[in-house]
Amino acid sequence: MIVFYVLMVFMIIGAIVAVETKNMLSAVIAVGAVGVGASVIFLFLRAPDIAITQVIVEVLSLIILIRVTIRADNYAIERRQDNFANIVGLVFVGLFLVFAFWAYKGLPEFGNPLMRVSSSYLREGTRETGAANIVASVILDYRAYDTLGEAIVLFTSILGAFVILRPKGRKHIGEEDKGSFGIIEDKEIKE
Amino acid sequence: MEGMTKIVKTVARLVISFIFLYGLYIVIYGHITPGGGFAGGVFISIAYVLMMLAFSKKVAMRKLSNFAASLCDNLGAFSFFIIGLLGSIFSGYFLYNLINHGTPFRLVSAGTIPLSNLAIGVKVGASLYAIFVALSIYGRVLTEKEEK
Repeated sequence: MIVFYVLMVFMIIGAIVAVETKNMLSAVIAVGAVGVGASVIFLFLRAPDIAITQVIVEVLSLIILIRVTIRADNYAIERRQDNFANIVGLVFVGLFLVFAFWAYKGLPEFGNPLMRVSSSYLREGTRETGAANIVASVILDYRAYDTLGEAIVLFTSILGAFVILRPKGRKHIGEEDKGSFGIIEDKEIKE
Repeated sequence: MEGMTKIVKTVARLVISFIFLYGLYIVIYGHITPGGGFAGGVFISIAYVLMMLAFSKKVAMRKLSNFAASLCDNLGAFSFFIIGLLGSIFSGYFLYNLINHGTPFRLVSAGTIPLSNLAIGVKVGASLYAIFVALSIYGRVLTEKEEK
């Protein structure tokens, strides 16, 4: 149990460093440290499937983020004091804590899951689907619809990224906008 | 000389094939050992991303071009859907596990689960490589020098 607290403190420190540091590259690396801590926690909770996925997605997202941030326009973010934003943030954090305290009372205790549906998966899973890995039998047999939905979400997001980032039809430097933008008038944009 | 230094290139040349092989292992043995289509697909895409970073954009694009990655992405998603549709046609339930289950702990077992894992692996690997290409090459803001 103590190892979870140590890893959680490590992850919280990493998250604070990621928010507070001035350099973008250090912030990205601190976010990666948080992800690695999460994957080690999954490994200690005996969930190797999700630990593998977490660590490898973390590596890939870290590479992509580093590739994006170490461009020429790598500037440090200035700290600005905005009292209204701070107060609104504090109010919402307080509201979240109140409702979380209220809601988490109804949840089962850590380490004592309800096991209503999952107990039958654990008992019958290997016999009914033939897969030795229970996780695979759940995500690709009992809950295959969710996996199809996840695949479609990934497919749609990549389609969107390709449409937005394609080189064709991009505006060149110093080129004027052609046509109107519907709701906003062209004059307002130029002003 | 494009890409990174000679040290990085030598190490990458040795490591890329092992990363790719481990990704294939995670995909194909997804129904027996931890892992599965998504994690193995990310491993496969990492092999190509490492190739693109260590060597150059040109080398990686020669191995798996942008069009081929997009095609693999579409084919993976479509074949997963076809597996579901076949279950619907032959048994009446969408995504029904209609192939004979066989004995557990064997490589050929669990009916359609390995086939779905393979489809998801191809789809995720190709699509994450494609998104890396899109973000790192297309997403670059051109400077005025490059524009000319």
